[in-house]
Amino acid sequence: MRAGQLPRWADYGLMPAINVVAAFLVSGLVVLLIGENPVEAVRILVWGALGWNEGIGFTLFYATNFIFTGLAVAVAFHAGLFNIGGEGQAYLGGLGVALACLALDRFVPWWVTLPVAVAGAAAAGALWALVPAYLQARRGSHVVITTIMFNFIAASLMVYLLVNVMAKTGSMQPETRTFEAGGRLPLLQSILPGVDFGSAPVNLSFVLALLSCVLVWVLIWRTRLGYEIRTFGASPGAAVYAGISPVRITIVTMLISGGLAGMMAINEIMGSQHRLLIEFVSGYGFVGIAVALMGRAHPVGIVLAAILFGILYQGGAELAFEMPAITRDMIVVIQGLVILFAGALEHMFRPLLLRLFGIIAAPASKPA
Amino acid sequence: MTAPLAIELVGIDKRFGSVRANKDIDLKVAKGSIHGIVGENGAGKSTLMSILYGFYHADAGEIRVDGRPVTIADSQAAIALGIGMVHQHFMLVENFTVLENVILGAEGGPLLAGGVARARATLKRLAEDYDLKVDPDAVIEDLPVGLQQRVEILKALFRGADILILDEPTGVLTPAEADHLFRILKVLRDEGKTVLLITHKLREIMAITDEVSVMRRGEMVATRQTAKTSMGELAELMVGRRVLLEVEKQPASPGRPVLQVENLTARDGRGVDVVRDVSFEVRAGEIVGIAGVSGNGQSELLEAIAGIRPVRSGAVTIDGTRLDLARNPVDAAAMRRHGLAHVPEDRHRMGLVTSFSEYENAILGYHRDPAYGRGPMLDIGAIREAARAEIEKYDIRPPDCLLRTAGFSGGNQQKIVLAREIERDPVILLVGQPTRGVDIGAIEFIHKRLVALRDAGKGVLLVSVELDEIRALADRVLVMFDGRVVGERAPETDESELGLLMAGAAQEAAE
Repeated sequence: MRAGQLPRWADYGLMPAINVVAAFLVSGLVVLLIGENPVEAVRILVWGALGWNEGIGFTLFYATNFIFTGLAVAVAFHAGLFNIGGEGQAYLGGLGVALACLALDRFVPWWVTLPVAVAGAAAAGALWALVPAYLQARRGSHVVITTIMFNFIAASLMVYLLVNVMAKTGSMQPETRTFEAGGRLPLLQSILPGVDFGSAPVNLSFVLALLSCVLVWVLIWRTRLGYEIRTFGASPGAAVYAGISPVRITIVTMLISGGLAGMMAINEIMGSQHRLLIEFVSGYGFVGIAVALMGRAHPVGIVLAAILFGILYQGGAELAFEMPAITRDMIVVIQGLVILFAGALEHMFRPLLLRLFGIIAAPASKPA
Repeated sequence: MTAPLAIELVGIDKRFGSVRANKDIDLKVAKGSIHGIVGENGAGKSTLMSILYGFYHADAGEIRVDGRPVTIADSQAAIALGIGMVHQHFMLVENFTVLENVILGAEGGPLLAGGVARARATLKRLAEDYDLKVDPDAVIEDLPVGLQQRVEILKALFRGADILILDEPTGVLTPAEADHLFRILKVLRDEGKTVLLITHKLREIMAITDEVSVMRRGEMVATRQTAKTSMGELAELMVGRRVLLEVEKQPASPGRPVLQVENLTARDGRGVDVVRDVSFEVRAGEIVGIAGVSGNGQSELLEAIAGIRPVRSGAVTIDGTRLDLARNPVDAAAMRRHGLAHVPEDRHRMGLVTSFSEYENAILGYHRDPAYGRGPMLDIGAIREAARAEIEKYDIRPPDCLLRTAGFSGGNQQKIVLAREIERDPVILLVGQPTRGVDIGAIEFIHKRLVALRDAGKGVLLVSVELDEIRALADRVLVMFDGRVVGERAPETDESELGLLMAGAAQEAAE
């Protein structure tokens, strides 16, 4: 063990846990300030998310979104790229899903539509990442700037399409017609016998998300491409020395990242809304950044972080309902605190932990 | 010497982590003189000057300016003491005018008007006094580099500098601009200013300094009066002599050429040609050493041949396959397929990914090899097995292929790179600084491996700044100076003769 390094379990488990606890403590102070009981608030939040079947269903539904956007950010991280365009890529992914569903839903069952919709979602998301990727690889325009700008372009484009091109005739709503059965994914409870999530929309996409985690793990740690991605991310100099093309890796990685973000739309559009509608991404793309940071860009960590954020979303909604003094905006503050501690202040407690581990480890391992 | 001292450094020590960049440095600089400081890249010159200018703080030692002990907390304090610095990379705002740049940070109040008028007058006076003419209203980015540098000097003088530090000032200048700079420096000296000139170009030292101090590996090894020394002596002092273990080897029996380099020209990051029209060949079963003071194009030459650095013109032939690198650029992976292996000079930035495990580094550059997996997949088991075999064969310690590479010592890290490159059975191996930052035991091991590779009928191209290493290992020695190969000698050649070549004496005679 070298100085400046924590054991893996501490790095991957203890640190995020400490950060979450710190976020909750500060949130508790805020709850106290507005005159409510923080212990009671936590009880409602946790119960709302995990205490009843429908709550769990909603938690898993939200987590599905976060897994996809978290994986998207994580893959780019491994190549040293900061893709914060998940929001726009997921939005465009919705277009891919909707086109597939609108074309097929009246003619074929859902399991024929699904592969086409997945391909459409991934392709549309990847395509939306391609231009920033190309600009980064060839012209040196930073992806942080270009991907965030592409979020705005995506929003405008979708408004245009939904209002002028795809809107249901005779409706004032900027949304497409509702898909028929061939464009709807089955709910999880209809596949798993004996499970009842009530009216929660958690659906087959959750399985798809877990499958994506496995595939991303294989890609990053078990393929030659993943090796190149990690090498480029860890040391661009070593990548060039090894004959790895920075241009190719930048573009390929961003395509994979954009594709994963786009797949989020399967859950929302084909799994829950059954129609393409405006602003359905509503921040999941951005929260994916926090999920990836907190999950240490590792699929297992991302699943855990995604479930945590699912809990915050679902439990937060219950909390806003049960405690009128805590408004929907307060929930956003709490979520923001978690993001702040897990993301921005990720390393705040690291020096302290290092010192603690240094004290514990010092007598045990005298250098030979 | 009886002249009063402008600067005196006593026992300056500076450590970065485990590296001691400055070891117990003493330096005396006489008032009104031009004092040169020479040394190779990484010798500690810039660190020392940064301490003097308040960028770094010395761990120990004393700084005296005009005889008084001082502490220099930051560059503001240095300026207040009359120390000015002209950086290697100019610190100018490109789209500001000369005048705006000069007053930047010395505006003299919240409102610009008064300061600007005063600055204009001062600039005019300085320009006349020191022959430093620049249009104060010209925009920086429109000026040639020589004039930009003049603005840097004006900036320092404007702040009342009596002691001027110039860090590698001629690196970016044309010869004519450099000559003009030297004239300016002499005027400054004659007006009573003290100039500290940091460089690794010996010709400049000989041309304008009064005294010269030589640094090597963080130590101040000598100070000479320029008139009483020679380029040869300085080159030897810079490179240093070191008791080196003799390497046992039989005379070489060179076979067919395995690497031919024809008229290779390549640029560095700034767009300056640093490898110029270099041609040579390496035959099977011989070690060719490239000697030279660092910064004369050897590093870039290796990178160009390895497919890492773009080539401007010229061709490289590997084992009979001719590659016109200027017309059809080839990456490092293609070079490896042709049978070239490369132990790079900088193992931290290139040769290894230090955050990876040992076994992951054991395939860097060879990760597309069919032996390591089927199709797009990597076979981790097979990779670890191969890595363990290399660990065993090269006695890499600790023998743990799962350990992060950053956790290995310098010598063992170098062995990881060497094992990877040699075990792929290349026809030609490029080696840069094989024993930099490597302990004695590992040095001996590495040298033996290189000789064994030669005896197995492979070609080895060795670049090292350690002259002794080259003399011990090489069968032929090429000397590089200023981007060109200026001579070929037998390794037994007298050190001072090699030193002269390395200092560019042949070049001098030719001009």
